[in-house]
Amino acid sequence: MTLNFAVLALLDGIAYASLLFLVAVGLTLIFGVLGILNIAHGSLYAIGAYVAATLGQWLVANGYNPWLTFPALFAGATIVGIVLGGLLERLLLQRIYAKDEILQLLVTFAVFMILENLQRMIWGVQPYFMSTPLNLLGNVSFFGINYTAYQVLFLPAAAIVVLFALRHFLRHTSMGAQILAVTEDREAATSIGINATRVYFMTFVIGACFAALGGALATPTTSLVTGMGANMIVLSFAVAATAGLGQIEGAAISALMIGIARAFAVYLSPELEVIMPYLIMVLVLLIKPNGLFGKVTARKI
Amino acid sequence: MKFKALYLGGVLTAALSAATLTGAAWAADKPAELKIGITTYSSGSASVFGVPARHAAEILAEEINAKGGVNGVPLKLYFIDEGAGLETLMTEYRRLVEDEGVEVTFASISSGVCNKMAPLAEDLEVVNFMWDCGTQRILEDDKYDYVFRTQANATPEVLAPLAYLLKANPDFKTIAVVNQDYAWGRDSWEIFSNALKIQRPDVKVVAELFPAFGAADFSTEVSRLQALKPDVILSTSWGGDLDTFVRQAKQRGLFETSKFVLPLAESSLQRLGDDLPEGVIVGARGDHYFLHPEMRDKEKFKTFNEKFKARTGEYPIYSAAHMVQAFAALEAVYDKAIKANGGEWPTKEQVAEAMVGLEFQGLGRPLVIREDGQAVEAQLVGTTAKRDGYNFKVIDKMELYDGKDLMAPVGENSLKWIAKFKPDFLSKVPSTSFSHK
Amino acid sequence: MSKEFLTAIPDGAAGTTADGSLPVRQERRGNVLMNKEFLAFIAVAALLAAVPFTFGSSITFIAMCLAKGLAVLGILILLRAGQVSFGHAMYFAIGAYAAAFLSSAFRGIDMMVLVAAAILASGVAGAIVGVFVTRYRGIFFGMINLAFSMVFYSILEKAFHITGGSDGMRIRRPTLLGMELRRAEFDVAIYYVILVFALLSVWLVWRYLRSPMGEALRAVKSNETRLEYVGLSAKSVLLGGYIASAVLCGLGGVFMGMVQGLATPEHAFWTRSSELVFIAVLGGPAHVAGAFGGTVLFEAVRTYAAALLDDSWQLILGVTLILIILWAPGGMVELFRRFTGRNRVKTVTSGEAGR
Repeated sequence: MTLNFAVLALLDGIAYASLLFLVAVGLTLIFGVLGILNIAHGSLYAIGAYVAATLGQWLVANGYNPWLTFPALFAGATIVGIVLGGLLERLLLQRIYAKDEILQLLVTFAVFMILENLQRMIWGVQPYFMSTPLNLLGNVSFFGINYTAYQVLFLPAAAIVVLFALRHFLRHTSMGAQILAVTEDREAATSIGINATRVYFMTFVIGACFAALGGALATPTTSLVTGMGANMIVLSFAVAATAGLGQIEGAAISALMIGIARAFAVYLSPELEVIMPYLIMVLVLLIKPNGLFGKVTARKI
Repeated sequence: MKFKALYLGGVLTAALSAATLTGAAWAADKPAELKIGITTYSSGSASVFGVPARHAAEILAEEINAKGGVNGVPLKLYFIDEGAGLETLMTEYRRLVEDEGVEVTFASISSGVCNKMAPLAEDLEVVNFMWDCGTQRILEDDKYDYVFRTQANATPEVLAPLAYLLKANPDFKTIAVVNQDYAWGRDSWEIFSNALKIQRPDVKVVAELFPAFGAADFSTEVSRLQALKPDVILSTSWGGDLDTFVRQAKQRGLFETSKFVLPLAESSLQRLGDDLPEGVIVGARGDHYFLHPEMRDKEKFKTFNEKFKARTGEYPIYSAAHMVQAFAALEAVYDKAIKANGGEWPTKEQVAEAMVGLEFQGLGRPLVIREDGQAVEAQLVGTTAKRDGYNFKVIDKMELYDGKDLMAPVGENSLKWIAKFKPDFLSKVPSTSFSHK
Repeated sequence: MSKEFLTAIPDGAAGTTADGSLPVRQERRGNVLMNKEFLAFIAVAALLAAVPFTFGSSITFIAMCLAKGLAVLGILILLRAGQVSFGHAMYFAIGAYAAAFLSSAFRGIDMMVLVAAAILASGVAGAIVGVFVTRYRGIFFGMINLAFSMVFYSILEKAFHITGGSDGMRIRRPTLLGMELRRAEFDVAIYYVILVFALLSVWLVWRYLRSPMGEALRAVKSNETRLEYVGLSAKSVLLGGYIASAVLCGLGGVFMGMVQGLATPEHAFWTRSSELVFIAVLGGPAHVAGAFGGTVLFEAVRTYAAALLDDSWQLILGVTLILIILWAPGGMVELFRRFTGRNRVKTVTSGEAGR
C-alpha cells in the first residue's frame, strides 16, 4: 500500500501541477520582462476557460465531431490571449510602464475586478461544464486505480510541450532573443534597434495566452464557477514566488513541488491540503527571499 | 469618563425614544403594500439554488397579487443577494427593515448567513422565515420570538437518506464522506456519523474528506477513494461542487465500486443529465420533487410546475419548493392572525404569535410549525433511474418519511436525541413507498 | 490603555495638535495650513458626531466605513514608506477573531476589553511577522505578506472545530462600560466608540507621520542608505510602521466584527487585502483624510451600485480606480486640492504615489 499510495499521490500531483504551471508560467514570463505582477492573469485564466467551454459546447450541440473540442480548447485560449491580452496591453498597460510598481499592481487589480464583473455579466453565475475531451481520451489504470488519460497523460504532455517550446522560442528565435535582451537591459536593447514596445506587447500577449490556455485545458476537468480566477491567481503567485519571479524552468519545478505536496496531503492529512501551497511559499521566501531559483537583485539604494 | 457615560446615556435615550415613536405609528394600520425582503443568492456558486428560488418567488407574488394580494394587500418583493458578502447583505437588510418598512423577511439560503441573520431579525423585531438554510443549531441553541423555519432542518434531511440506506443496502461495512468544508458539510456529517455509529457500530469510516467549498478539482480525492474502495460514499455537497465530484467520479469508474448517497442531488438531476448514473441514493431536503408521487396530479402542483417550466425552461428544484412553502406560510399566517384580530390587520407581534402551530402546505405534504418555531416537513428519498421521456435521471423506489419521526423533539438537541436511538431505530422508521410512474 | 484613549479626547485634541511640533522645514507654510486643516478636522468630527441625530439610519453604514477606514489608515503608513502589503487583511481578521473568541468564552464581556484584546493581538502578531517581513522591499514585501495572510486564511478556514471554518464565528454583543445594550442602543454606542477611536487614530497617525520616525519612514522609500548614515536602521523604522499599521488594521477588524457581529475567514482573504490598498490609493495616500474619503466612496459604490446596474460594483470601482491612477495619481485628496484650487505644485511633490 505505501508504495502504491506514493505513486498515486505522485500521479495526482503531476496532473495538478501541469495546470498550475501553465498558468504560472505566463505570470512569471510577464513579470520577468515587463516587471509587472499581473493580478488580472487570474481573470484571463477564467475567461479562457469560459470561452473554451462555450466553443466546445457549441460544437457538441451542433453535432460536429467531438474531437474538434480539442482544437477548440486551443482556439479559445488563443483568441482570449490575443484579443483581451492585446487590448489590455495596448489600451492600458502601455500607459503605466513608467509608473510606480504599486500603481501598476493596482491597475491590474482594477482590471481583475472589472473582468470578474464582466465575466459574471456574460456567463452568469451558474456552473459551466464541458468534459467532452476528457471523456474522449478515456481512462488509464495504475495499480487498479483509474485515471483519466486527459489528466495524467495529456495535461503533463501539454505542460512539457509549453515548457520546451518556450525555452526554444526564447533561446533560438530572433523574437526570443529580443525579449531576453529587453529583459536584461531595456535601454541598451533599444539603442541597438530593438523595438521594446513591440517586445512588451508580444510578451504580454504570449503570457495572456498561457493564462487562457491554463483555463481552457482545465475546463474539461472541472466546473467553471465564479471566483475560480481569484483562487487560481493566488495559487500561481505562490508557484511563481516560490520559484523566484521571472524563472520559467523554476516555475515548472515549484509547480511540481506544490502539486505533489498537495496530493500527499490529501492522502496523509486532508486538512492540510489547502494550506500546503502557501506554507511552502512562506518557508521558501523566509529562507530565500528571491525564491528557490531567483537571482539576488541589488538592494534598492 | 463620567462625561462620556452621561453623554452616551443621553444619546441612547434619544435614539431609543425616536425608535419607539416611529415603531408605534404604523403598527396596526393596513398598509398599502405588504413588503417582503428576501435574501437569496443571485451570485456565487449557491445561485444554483438562489436563482430558481427567485423565479419561484416572482411567480408566486404575481399569482397572489393577481387575486388581490394577502387580505387585499398586494405584495411587494425586495431581493438581497447573499453572494454580495455579509457587509452589504446586513446593511441592505437593515435598510429594508428600518427604512423601507419591510414587514416580513425570508432569510436565507446559507446556514452561515442564517446564523447571522436570525439574531439580527430578532434584534430588529421583524418576522423572519428561515426558508432554506439547513443548520439545526439556530432554533435548538437559542429561543427566538421572531424567527421561524418554514422547512425542516439538517437532522431529518440527513437521517432520512441514512434510514433509506440502512433499509435498501443493509450490508455495507465501510463508508467514506466527501463534504464541502463549511457548516452544512460538517454539521450534516456530524449528524449522519453519530446516527450511523449507533445504528451500525460495525461500519468503519475509512475517509473523511472536506475539500474546500467551491473546490474546482476532486481528482486526488477520487484517487484516494478508489484506493480505499469504501462500500458507501456519502456526499451532502451541492451545486458546482457536487456536479464536478459526480462527473469526475463517474468518469473514473468510482460509481461501479461504491454505492453513492447524495442527500442533495435532487437539485443536480437536471444539470447532470447522463453523468449521474443509475442506482444512486438521492434526497431533496424535504419531500420536493417535480414528480412528487402524492402531489403530481393536484391542480396547484401542476400549475406551478408548468409556470416554472415556462419561465425557466426547467422543472423546479427543492429550493423553489422551499420558496413556495415560505409563501404558503406567509398567506396562512396573515389569514390566521387577521382572523384572531377580529378582521383587523395584525401587528408584527400578532403575526409572530400566529406562527406557532400554523398549518400550511406548499408543493409537498402539509407542514406545521412547532412551538420552537421549527416546521415539521416530510422527507423524500429515492434511487436514480433512467426512464423514457426524460434526458436526465429520475427518482425511482421512493420512500416518503413523515418529518416528525426523524426530528428531535422541541427543546432537545439533535445530537443528544440521536445518542438515545435504539440500534434498529432508523431501519424501522415508517415510510410510504412509491415507484416512478 | 483604551481608557486613556477615551478620556484624552475632549481636551487633548485641541491642545496638542496646535503645539507646533512639526518638523522645522515645514513650519512656515505648516502653521497656516494646519490651522485650516485643524478646523476642517473639527468640523468633520462635529458633523459625524451629529449623524445619529440627523441621519440616524445611516450610522451603521458610516460606522463600517470608519472601521474599514482605520485599516486603510494602517495601509497609508506603509505607503509612506513606499511599501504595500497584500496581506494586511490578516490583521483585520485577527482583530475580529480576537473579539469572537473572547465574546464566546465570556458572555457579556465589555467592549473595551475586546478592543484592547484586538490591539494586543494584532500588535503582537504584527511584531512577530514584522520581524521577518521588514527585510523585504517592493514586490517581495507584498508577496511575503500575501503568503503569511494566505496561510492564516487557510488555517481559519480549515480549523472548523476551533474557528467555525468558512462560516466564521459569531461575535456576541458586548456590554459597554458595564451597561447591557439593546440593538438600537448598541448601534449608537458603537458608532460613537468607533468615531472616537477613528478621530484619535487620525490625530495620532498625523502626528506620527510628522515625527522624526515618520520622516524616517519616508526615507525608507526614498533613500535607505542616508537613513543608515544618520544612525537609524531602516528595518526597525519600517518595523515600527508595520506594527502601527497592523494595530490599526486590528482595530478596524474588531470594530467591523462587532458591528456585524461576525468574524469570517473572508476577512483575511487576499482580495480584502488588495481592497485596502485599493482604497488607500483611491483616497490618496498624501493625506490621512484620503483613507476615510476613499472608504466612503468605495463602500458607497459597493452598496448603491446595484441601483444603477445590477451586480456592477466591481466594474464601476475598477474603472474609477484606473481613471484615478491615470489622471489623478494623488487620489481623491489630489482631486480635492485641485478642485479647491490649493497650490498644485505642492500636491505633486507630496503626492506619495505620484511618481
